[in-house]
Amino acid sequence: MRALTWQGKHDVRVETVPDPEIVNPRDAIIEVTSTAICGSDLHLYDGVIPGVLSGDILGHEFMGRVVEAGPKSTLKKDQRVVVPFTISCGGCFHCKKQQFSACDNSNPAEKQDLTEMQFGHAVGGLFGYSHLAGGYPGGQAEYVRVPFSDVGPIVIPDGFDDDDVLFLSDILPTGWMAAENADIEEGDTVAVWGCGPVGLFAVQSALKMGAAQVIAIDHYPNRLRLARQMGAKVIDYTQTHVLEALMEMSGGHGPDAVIDAVGMESHGFAPDTMMDNVKQAVGIGADGGHVLREAILACRKGGRVSVPGVYGGFLDKFPLGAMMEKGLQIRTGQTHVQRYTKELLHRIAEGEIDTRFMISHRLPLEQAADGYHNFRFNQNDWTKVVLKPNMQPAAG
Amino acid sequence: MKLYSDREQDFAARSEPIERQSTLLWGLGLGALAGASAYALYAARRDRDGLSYRPADSAPGRSAKQSRFGEYAVVGRTVTIDRPRDDLYRYWRNFKNLSGFMENVKSVEPIEEAKGRFRWMIEGPAGTDVRIETEVVSDKPGEEIAWRSLQTSQIDTKGKVSFRDAPGNRGTEVEALIAYDPPGGELGRWIAKLFQAEPALQGRRDLKRFKMLVETGEIATSANRKSDK
Repeated sequence: MRALTWQGKHDVRVETVPDPEIVNPRDAIIEVTSTAICGSDLHLYDGVIPGVLSGDILGHEFMGRVVEAGPKSTLKKDQRVVVPFTISCGGCFHCKKQQFSACDNSNPAEKQDLTEMQFGHAVGGLFGYSHLAGGYPGGQAEYVRVPFSDVGPIVIPDGFDDDDVLFLSDILPTGWMAAENADIEEGDTVAVWGCGPVGLFAVQSALKMGAAQVIAIDHYPNRLRLARQMGAKVIDYTQTHVLEALMEMSGGHGPDAVIDAVGMESHGFAPDTMMDNVKQAVGIGADGGHVLREAILACRKGGRVSVPGVYGGFLDKFPLGAMMEKGLQIRTGQTHVQRYTKELLHRIAEGEIDTRFMISHRLPLEQAADGYHNFRFNQNDWTKVVLKPNMQPAAG
Repeated sequence: MKLYSDREQDFAARSEPIERQSTLLWGLGLGALAGASAYALYAARRDRDGLSYRPADSAPGRSAKQSRFGEYAVVGRTVTIDRPRDDLYRYWRNFKNLSGFMENVKSVEPIEEAKGRFRWMIEGPAGTDVRIETEVVSDKPGEEIAWRSLQTSQIDTKGKVSFRDAPGNRGTEVEALIAYDPPGGELGRWIAKLFQAEPALQGRRDLKRFKMLVETGEIATSANRKSDK
């Protein structure tokens, strides 16, 4: 099959690799019809996440058609499914508590040592996101082996286009959980840092959950335009003092809840020494920390801090004093995707949630490398790239 | 100095070390613990002299900063598995099942099943195989299984797995302990670690695989094809 493989920093290529097959009884094989490039894929692209090996297949937002189901799978051939990026067994302590991304049993035992050392506990398995998260081949490919296919994939009824439902795999539930973690009450002001796909979905979700106003913060004009289109007020931090503006826009009260949809994503999963190197080399480490510090300072007393942004190591100068003295709560975590897929599919069906506005570009899988390059270096216009294995390249 | 717990003390002292017949220690890994070092020996002696005596705390001895179990290294690990302890006991007591989740155990076959005697074939690095013959020395249904190596083994080792009800209906706390006389001492352990066959490392992974197998019916792998597994 053809698949997008990681070769090194800023070097991804579509190559021919062996087709996957059923390995474990609960597996299914999916023929991919749509797969997206995620913001977090860019940090693999930037080569700042350890545990990615040359030839690894990337991609964790994908959907497609079941072509083969293992003896213990509940899927049937030809069903259309969206596959959560988190791999979860459904039966362990965490899965039973619906903490699906904390699954004990999805990261292969021999791959758990490093995160167990780094975080105190091993993380669950993820598709296409380094060998620390299991080393599972990802979804930017013609076919994917999906473990625990009786738990994760959600079957899509007729009547939906791929573009309607693809984002159930990650960014839609991630934005939704970000807003849920903010414990929004009627009348709240919610501030969202970062108008990437997760931030934009967090804006949409916060408004759905009853926020009186959502204030989105970014610097890309086009992304701010999309946030405004979703119903947010916007702050361009290149022209405005963010803290002062947030106080003034919330009656001197401060936002009731703050959402950091930026994170230090470029340092996801990296140990601190590596992070320091990256900070020096890339010069963005301080920005990542800056958002969380600013969000904590902005948040009103007794307010809520929600962190969907990815962090992987250590943060300098974390304002713990502000958190304690103001009595803030913080909630974070990789998304428990399986907890939300059914409800969000229903909301899509009811027309309550729009997903299409996000997509700026659709490309054939063969042009995935172009997609990565532009998503990385032309962030204003390239808000979301969807790859289609069956799409014909545009003429010329 | 922290002393080891009664359970481990009992476990380590119950039998005398048998004559060492091999220079290999690849095998039968279960659990985690750094072994005795020269410093630990020194510290233990110093502590016995009363320079820094402290009463034992509640933690298992293998988590002590300094510990010593005679000539044995002891590794151990506890994992909670969401199944009744009788089921887990029965699965483990059928020793032939063990090779299903112990990565470097090729097979466990009965020698004299009635006497609880089994032969373990264990894969070491560089294609070396190690043979261990064990007999069950304690068998309490639903609670504990313990075994030790016979004179005919290439490694002097003993192991114990115990099953206790976890609080709050969380299933069973499975604790596995392995004691072994490390041939080659620290150096041997270090070399083995390079090959990922060090008992503590291997044991930690094996227990996780046991949990996967009984909780999910399979052992997680990222291999995309059976031949890559």
